[in-house]
Order: sequence, then structure tokens, then C-alpha cells
Amino acid sequence: MRRIWAALLLLGAAPAPGVRSDLLMATDAPRLADYGLFNAAGQPAPGVQPYTLNTPLFSDHAEKFRFAWLPPGTKADYRASGALAFPVGTVLVKRFAFPADLRQPTKAMRPIETRLLIHRAAGWVALSYVEQDGGAVLKRAGVKVPVQFIDKAGNAQAIDYAVPNQNQCKTCHQDGEAITPIGPTAGNLNGGLSGQGANQLMAWAASGRLAGLPTGGWPRLAKWDDAAEPLDARARAYLAVNCGHCHSRGGFASNSGLYLVPEETTPAHMGVLKRPVAAGRGSGGHEFSILPGQPDKSILLHRMIASEPGIMMPQFGRALAHDDGVALIRQWIASMSVPTGAAPAAAATP
Amino acid sequence: MRMALLIAALLGGSSLAQAKMIHVGPGDNAQEKLQTALIEAQPGDTVHIAAGRYALADGLSLDVDGVTVKGDGPDKTILDFTAQKVAGEGLLITSDNVVLRDLGIENPAGNGVKSKGSDGIALVNLRVEWTGGPKSTNGAYGLYPVSSKNVLIDRSVVKGASDAGIYVGQSQNIIVRNSRAEMNVAGIEIENSYDADVVGNTATNNAGGILVFDLPDLPQQGGRNVKLTNNQVIDNNHVNFAAPGNIVAGVPSGTGIMVMANANVMVTGNHVMGNNGSAVMVVAYTQAFTDKAYNPLPRAVSIAGNHFMNNGKSPSFAGGKEIAAAVGGTLPPVMWDGITRYNVPGGGGEKSADGGIASDAPGITLNLGLQGTPPAQAKPAPLAPTKLAADRAPIVLPAALEARAK
Repeated sequence: MRRIWAALLLLGAAPAPGVRSDLLMATDAPRLADYGLFNAAGQPAPGVQPYTLNTPLFSDHAEKFRFAWLPPGTKADYRASGALAFPVGTVLVKRFAFPADLRQPTKAMRPIETRLLIHRAAGWVALSYVEQDGGAVLKRAGVKVPVQFIDKAGNAQAIDYAVPNQNQCKTCHQDGEAITPIGPTAGNLNGGLSGQGANQLMAWAASGRLAGLPTGGWPRLAKWDDAAEPLDARARAYLAVNCGHCHSRGGFASNSGLYLVPEETTPAHMGVLKRPVAAGRGSGGHEFSILPGQPDKSILLHRMIASEPGIMMPQFGRALAHDDGVALIRQWIASMSVPTGAAPAAAATP
Repeated sequence: MRMALLIAALLGGSSLAQAKMIHVGPGDNAQEKLQTALIEAQPGDTVHIAAGRYALADGLSLDVDGVTVKGDGPDKTILDFTAQKVAGEGLLITSDNVVLRDLGIENPAGNGVKSKGSDGIALVNLRVEWTGGPKSTNGAYGLYPVSSKNVLIDRSVVKGASDAGIYVGQSQNIIVRNSRAEMNVAGIEIENSYDADVVGNTATNNAGGILVFDLPDLPQQGGRNVKLTNNQVIDNNHVNFAAPGNIVAGVPSGTGIMVMANANVMVTGNHVMGNNGSAVMVVAYTQAFTDKAYNPLPRAVSIAGNHFMNNGKSPSFAGGKEIAAAVGGTLPPVMWDGITRYNVPGGGGEKSADGGIASDAPGITLNLGLQGTPPAQAKPAPLAPTKLAADRAPIVLPAALEARAK
């Protein structure tokens, strides 16, 4: 009997190698390695499962690798909109790396940072670990990392890649007063891992990590870069992922009245013929967020193209404009026609 | 009850016992030092930013409740954002019961200080300035509490904002007092907000001095119960340098006070002088709109006991000169567009309100009637005398916040 207790105590003091859920729940570890999510070679520990999104956030062309770890025996609950409801104990992991040459995205990869969203009893906590000699260390106040790479056109790019500070993490991951995951929604997971293989929602349900998956009718976020998908669905998916985390009713940009979430149906709240509120010079001299058929007279596109603070959108998370994303939204706005009954004409101010 | 007392004692005791002063001084790594202090501060703490110039390339942010951030004076502790590369504002506050005071903020790329969703935010003895003078490339707002509650702006100065110097949006229970706004497009603007006192401020050399607006398609609208009192609204004749598209870009240079689409607004005891357009302009929302819930009309605006002098000489708005000529060359102090009806979008029919625009100073109505009627169709007539609103009690903020803002 005494021996069994001793063994249990020993386990409590030093669990077997693997994910240290005790540390994850209790402390902001100074080093990423402390949590045991990855081995020294960067391989995920058992139970740390990769996932991919149909449409990811643009992050200055960084390659991103996503993982989820749920405590053994727990499941996420299905939600039709917003992130899946992950149980306390969950860790969502996103690793950022830059290839030396975007034309060879799997080669010469330089890891930059690893972001964790940890679901503790009191709510989600966002931490970022920045790669340094000897491993990734916690940086609460953010840091700039000079990064060079060759872009898809073969041009050399040099940027100050911005690791977000803790408050900036919350700015995007905000729902009302709480922190929330953004990426792993049912709609954005509704596809095969890396676009191939079994559907991720089905795979998660089959492996006992997802509860309540209905038999059908799952929402699906389009792949923004799949030309075979409808233009409207691609554009809405792109805006949802790149803008909708702030531009939602519970998000940081709630006061703008511009809501770029997939569920939004009111044209004015989607930006169509919507006048700016607090855009300042971000308006670029244009009158509407989206002027149908006129991408170059639409504030939304103007702010996607800009890379100057005070004008650019998103406000942080990129230093470069996303040319392919800009092209998609340009094409989408150009394809739109003015809704009937919505007259943009207006009287002059007296 | 005993439990509640015990908890209160513990909370009070712990905050007293642990409240600490975090000092930050100028030097290398200003960004990281300041941001780290703002992240590591605990409720009750004061972050003291010592005198000096802090060159910052990124915005700063505070998300801890109950923190005081304090400099050594608006001309001594200077947060210099001239080389800012990232973020939409100089300092962003997203927590409750925060006091920011005694420092200067120069040349932020976007807004100067923004609070979003704060309950209890005091901005005291601050200076936000775009030092290159008024330019359309300056940031939009100097002091910018939005979606906040219990808002105090006191003894602060804003110069050069390309939108409004002091802008309180979609907020409630607000006092803006003893502050100065100059060389902005709008000096002070209260927008889509409830229960505000704007008292004892000076708005001068802006395109428009003090604005009280309400806009459609926003989470909080129906702006109401705003009182402007004992302000100096002087020589607001600056060229309007706002980027087109923004609502303030339509504010005519020469406007002293402008009230748009708000209810229960009192303008009392102000000194309104030397504004070349309208001393006080009361109008409906001017643009087409699709928001069925939005009321574009001004209602119950009372203008009483103000000192008007030397306004209305050369109105710059469309049709202004003709209107002025029709009433003897100079606009009277008060001008109402006379819009009393609007069409609810989507075939919702016509709604009307009698306006209730009351003034003890001479005024005219343009008698435009239906919202959206251009001013070219004005039929100016003297404003009929109506009953002035009774004064109301001043806005009161939580005593603890006021005490920390002294």
C-alpha cells in the first residue's frame, strides 16, 4: 500500500515525458520546452495533433503549423459558428516559420515563434515563445525579428516580423471580455488535413475528440485560394479569417459597425455602401467601405493595400500587403452591383 | 453579509498592501520597458513614466484594471510616435478604472489615446499633438474613448487631429472639461453617446468647434442628453483638412457648435465668438441611410444664455452666402435646417418630429422639411420662439475615479 502511494506521489512530482498539463494549467513557463509539447527535434508529443484550416490568416507569408492537444478523455463540443467549444485543459499551438524562398516553401525553414492558447479554468491565456539560441522563450511584451526571404516573384524581401505582445494577442482573440480561439471553427476545419485525406471534423469525431457533430449540415468556409470555388464564398472566407476576428459584434472593432463574419447578412454591416465612422485618413478619401463595382473607390481595399499604421488593416499582424488577397477582394468588389433601392446619392451638408 | 464584508476587507486590504509604483525611465529599449510595465502592472499599481522623450515604433497598450499611468507633465514625459510603424493608436486602453495623466503624446500614426470598452477611464492633463501642424496625414483622433462608460477628460490639450481632437463615441456618462482643442478638424465631438457634460473647454481655430453627432449602422445610437456649458468656442475658421468620406469632412469651416441627429441637447452659457459660419447649427443627418432603427432628426435642442459675438459673417457651406444675404448679410447665431420628417428605409413610411429647437438668441430655420432635401431649396424664416428646456443636474462620475484624477 505504501509503495502504491509512493509511486503515485512520484508520478505527481515527475510525470512521464510528454505534455505537462500540470504546468500548462498553472504557470506561464519561461521556456516552451518546459511544457513538453514538442521534443528536441520539434516533433509533437503524443496527443499533440496537427490540424489545418481551409483559409488561414495572412501573416507576412509565414508558414504556420497548427496543433491541438486535448487532455486525454476530453472532447470539444461542436459549434456551428465561432470556434469549437474546447474543454478546459486544451492547448492550441501555432508555430510560425519562414522558408528562405517562398517558391520552395518546405525547404530551409527558419522557425520564428510558437504561440499557445491555453484553456485554463479561468479562461484562455495567450502566450508567445520566440526562438532564440537554445530554444523558444516567453516574450510577453512582443519583439521585432528581422526576417529575409525570397518572395514568389523571386524578389528579396526584408521585414521586421512582429511577434505580438500579450495585449495584442487579446485584441484579436477577443469575444466581449473573454479571450477565445479564432481559427478552429467547424467551417474552417471542414475539409481534409492539408486539403487531403479524411475530413477533419469526421476524423476528430471518430477519434473521440469532438462531441455533438451533427450528421450533416456543417458550415464550410471556402478555401480562399481555390479558383474552383465560387468567388463570393472565397472572398467572404478571406475576409472572415483576416478581418472578422475584430470586425464582429463581440470583437475589438465592434464600434465600427463593419462586421466581416461569415454569418453577417446586412449589406451595410458587410460594408456595402457603408460610410466610415472613425477611419480618419484610413478612408483614403473614399466614401464607402465597399462601393460595388468600384474596388479602387472602396475603403476596405484601400486599407488592405496600405502598409502604413493608421491606415493599414489589419492594424497589426502584417508588415506586407497580401497581394493575392488584395487581388481576390478586388475581383470580388468589381463583380458586385449596387443593390436595388440603395441609393448612395446624398444631399450635401448644409 | 458578513461574507461580503470579509471579501470587501480582503480586497481593500490586499490592494492597499500590494499597490506599488513601477518606475520606467528613458533610455534604450523604451518600447519593451514600457510595454512590459503595462503588462506586469497589477490592479492598484501606478506606472510612473519619468520625464524624458521615449521614441516608440509600436503602439503601447494596457489591459489591466485599476492602473494609474502617470508622467511628470505633458511637456516633460513625452511619448514620441514619430517613427511609429505598427498599431492604430499610440496608447490603447482596454481595461476598467484606468487613469492616464500628466504626459505628452506626439505624432501618433493613427489615434493618440484610445479606450475601448472601458468602464472608468480618466484622461487627465495630457497633451496630444501632431507637431507638424494640421495635416490630412495626421492621425484621426487625439483622445478617443469609445464604447466606454464613466469617461472623464480633464485639463488636456489636443492639436492637429485630422478628425476630432477629443472624440467620445458610443459611450455613456461622460465629462469633458477644462480642456483645449485647437487646429483640429473638429475640436470636441460627442458621437452616438448618452449623458455627457462638455464644460469649461476651449475650442479654437478648428474647422468646427464642438460637435454633437449621431450616425447610423452602429451598435450604440440614439445619441441624447448632452449638455454643452461654459465653453469658449472661438474663431473656428480653420480650413477643413479631413480626408473625404469621413463625416467631419462635411463640417463647414467656420462652425462653432453643431448638433446633428441628437435628442435633449442643451447649449448654455457658452462664449461663441468669431466663427465665420454658424455659431450654432442644428441639423438632421445629411446622408442617405439604410438603417431602419436610426432616427436622423435633432429633437429637443435648447440654446439658452450663451454669449454670441461676431459670428456668421461669411458662411462657407453651400448656399450659405445666399442665405446670409437673405437675412441681412450675417447669419444669426442659431441656424436649424428645419428638417422634421424622414423616410424610414425599406418602405417603412414617413416619420416626423416637431424638432423642438428652442433658442433665446435670434435664429433661422431653413424649412427644408424632408430629410435629404438639399440646402439649395431652403426657405429661410425666423426661428419661432419655443419653450426652453429646464436645466438638469450635472453628470456625476464615480467618486473614486474623480479622486484619482485630481
